[in-house]
Amino acid sequence: MLEIKDLHASVDNKEILKGINLVVKPGEVHAIMGPNGSGKSTLASVIAGKDEFEVTKGQVILEGHDLADDAPEARAHKGIFLSFQYPIEIPGVTVTNFMKTAINECRKARGQEDMPANEMLKLIKEKAELLKIDRKFLSRSLNEGFSGGEKKRNEIFQMAMLEPKISILDETDSGLDIDALRIVSDGVNKLRTKDNALVVITHYQRLLEYIVPDFVHVLYNGKIVKSGGPELALELEEKGYDWIKQEEAV
Amino acid sequence: MYLTTPMHSAAAVVERVSLYNDTHHPLKKRKMAYTEEELKKELETKEYEYGFYTDIESETFPKGLSEEIVIAISKKKEEPEWMTQWRLEAYRGWLEMKEPEWANVNYTKPNFQDISYYSAPNKKPKYDSIDEVDPELLDTFKRLGISLDEQKLLAGVAVDIVVDSVSVATTFKKTLGEKGIIFCSISEAIREHPELVKKHLGSVIPRKDNYYAALNAAVFSDGSFCYIPKGVRCPMELSTYFRINQAGTGQFERTLVIADEGSYVSYLEGCTAPSRDENQLHAAVVELVAMDHAEIKYSTVQNWYPGNKEGKGGVYNFVTKRGICENYAKISWTQVETGSAITWKYPSCVLKGDHSIGEFYSIAVTNNFQQADTGTKMIHLGKNTKSTIISKGISAGKSQNSYRGLVQVASRAENARNFSQCDSLLMGDLCGAHTFPYIEVKNKTAQIEHEATTSKIGEDQIFYCNQRGISTEKAIALIVNGFSKEVLNKLPMEFAVEAQKLLEISLEGSVG
Repeated sequence: MLEIKDLHASVDNKEILKGINLVVKPGEVHAIMGPNGSGKSTLASVIAGKDEFEVTKGQVILEGHDLADDAPEARAHKGIFLSFQYPIEIPGVTVTNFMKTAINECRKARGQEDMPANEMLKLIKEKAELLKIDRKFLSRSLNEGFSGGEKKRNEIFQMAMLEPKISILDETDSGLDIDALRIVSDGVNKLRTKDNALVVITHYQRLLEYIVPDFVHVLYNGKIVKSGGPELALELEEKGYDWIKQEEAV
Repeated sequence: MYLTTPMHSAAAVVERVSLYNDTHHPLKKRKMAYTEEELKKELETKEYEYGFYTDIESETFPKGLSEEIVIAISKKKEEPEWMTQWRLEAYRGWLEMKEPEWANVNYTKPNFQDISYYSAPNKKPKYDSIDEVDPELLDTFKRLGISLDEQKLLAGVAVDIVVDSVSVATTFKKTLGEKGIIFCSISEAIREHPELVKKHLGSVIPRKDNYYAALNAAVFSDGSFCYIPKGVRCPMELSTYFRINQAGTGQFERTLVIADEGSYVSYLEGCTAPSRDENQLHAAVVELVAMDHAEIKYSTVQNWYPGNKEGKGGVYNFVTKRGICENYAKISWTQVETGSAITWKYPSCVLKGDHSIGEFYSIAVTNNFQQADTGTKMIHLGKNTKSTIISKGISAGKSQNSYRGLVQVASRAENARNFSQCDSLLMGDLCGAHTFPYIEVKNKTAQIEHEATTSKIGEDQIFYCNQRGISTEKAIALIVNGFSKEVLNKLPMEFAVEAQKLLEISLEGSVG
C-alpha cells in the first residue's frame, strides 16, 4: 500500500531523513519509535507533502503511484491522512463546516458531486456517536480553546469522516491523560479495517498497549536502525534508547 | 472634568500598530510552480469579473468644473432655484478648502479639471415595465447577476438602479407607496418632496463638512432618497446598485434616508464598476436621519474596480457617510469593502438623542496595491448612549489596510458605553495593517473598551487544510470567512452570500 524507498529529506540544507525504507501493507499497524530529534515528525510531514522539507533522494509510493509531484491536498485526496501532533486553530470555522469543506473537496477531486446535506448530517452523527463525541463540540471553532484531549479526539473524528487508506498518527498520545488516551485509542481501533493501514509515531510504549502494532521500527538519526514485533517496544520501554545509540555508535 | 481614560490603558488616545512581514517561504515558490499555469488562466478570466463596458449612448458634459458647470448640472436636473443656490454655495466653499492629507494613503491627487461632472444614459426613460428597458442595460445587469427579472422574483427586494448617475428604473414603488414610503431618486425627491429635502439635505453632513463632501454637494448628479413615515416598518429591504460606467466620469452620488419616529428600514447598497485604466473618482455622500425610536440598518457591499495587479487604474473612493440618532434611535452600518484603489470612508453615528445606539460592522479587504483607510466615528452626545464597533481588516499582496476610528464622549453624555474590536489579518509578506483608534472622553461615567488583534494566515493553517484535501485558495477563503464571520452574520441573507463570493474573488491568487 505505502512504500518508502531510500527517502532522504532536508530542511534548510540540513539532512534530517537519511535513507528511510518502509513497506506498509493493508490492514497493518506500524509503530515508529525513537528519541527526540530522530526525524519521526519530519517523516510524517514528508509523507503528507509539506513543502518546508525538500526530498533530495528516494520515493514515497502510494498504491504504486509515486507521490513526488503531488501537492499535500492531492495526497489527501488519494487517501493519506495525518493526525497532527499540534492541531492548528482556525477561528470562526466550525468543526462541521471544516469537515463539510474537506469532504466535498475530496469528492470533487474524485469527480463526485457534493455530498447532500442530509447525508452529511447522517455521517457526522454516525461518526460522532462512534467516537463518543458530544455534537455540541462540532459547532465550536476548529481547535479554538480545545483541551489537549479534545484536539486529539477531533483529529480522530476527522480521520473517521475522511476514511483514509493510510493514517499517520503523529504523537497522538502526547498531552493526553490516561482516560483521554483510552478514548482516543478506542476510536482509532474502531476505524481499523483490513483495507486501511496505520503508522503510529510515538515516544512511549504506553500508546501501543492500546493500539497494538504488527511491526515496530526504531528511528534514529534519520534512519530506521531496528525493526521487530511488538516486543521491541517493550524492550525499548525497559532499556530506553541509549542502547540503540550505543549500538549505532559502534 | 476632562478625562481620557479608556478601560484598557494600552488603548489610550492613539494607538498605532504596524506590521510588515518579510520572511520568505519555500512554500510559496513550489506552489507557484505547481499551479502557475492554472493560476494564470484563472487570473485572466477572473481578474475582474465585472470588467466590461456597456456602450449605452450617453450625454456627457465637457471636462472641468466651474460655476457654469454647477449651474448646468442643476438645470439638467430641472432643479428649483434654491437647489441651484445650495450647490453654488457648496462649490464656493469647496474652492477654499484643501484636499485632506491625514489619511494613511498615497496617491496622485485627481485633477478636478480633468473630470466630466455629468453623464447620463441618453434615453432617459420612465419605464412602466421591464420590457421597455434598454436591452443592453438589461444585459449588463444580467452579467452582474442582478437582472431585474431576478430581482422582481426575489421576494421583498425593491431595486432603484443608478447607472451612471441617473435612476433608470424603480420597482416595487407601488407597494411601498401604499405604506406612504417614498423611495425614489434624489432628483425626483427635490422636485416632488422639496420640503423634506430642504429640511434634511445637509443636516447631518453640512455642505462644507469636508473637501469631498463639499465637492459632492456642488456637483452630485443623482442618488437615492428614502422616507419612512412615522411608525411604519418598511416591509422589504430597499436596495440600490451603483455602477460607474463612463470613461473619465466621476461619480457623485447623494443618498438621503429619513426614518421618521418609530419607523424601521433596512437599506442595501451594492457597487460594481467596470475596469478602466485611468483612475475614477467616486465621492459619495450618504446621510441618515433616525428620529425618535426609529431604526436604520444600512448595509454596503463595495467592489469598485481596485486597479490591476501592478496597481494601475482603479477607483478612488472618498465617501462621507454619517447618520444622526434622536432619542432611542438606532443606526447600524455594515460594510464589506473589497474594491477601489483608494478607500477613504468612515460611516459614522452622531448619538444625539438619549438612549440612542450606533453600530459599525466592517470587513475591509485590500489586495495587490490597494490602500484603505476606513473606520468610523461614534459621537456620544446624549445620555445612556451605546456604540459598538467591530472592524475586520484583511490585507494581502502589497496593500495597506488601516482602521481609523474615533470614539468621542461629550461632557453631558452620562453613562456612555462603547465597545470596539479591531482585528487585522495579514496574508503574505509585503502587506501592512494599521490601527488608529482615537478615544476622547469628557465624562467620567463613560465606559470605553478597545480590543485589537493582529494575526497572519500561517503556513501551518494552510498546510493543515491542505492535508485534509482543501486547496490553498479554498483554505484561504475558509480562514477569511471564519475571521469575518461576526460581520458577515450582520448582513441580510442575500447580501451575505454575495459578500462571501466577493471575499473569495478579491483574494484569489493572493497566496501562491
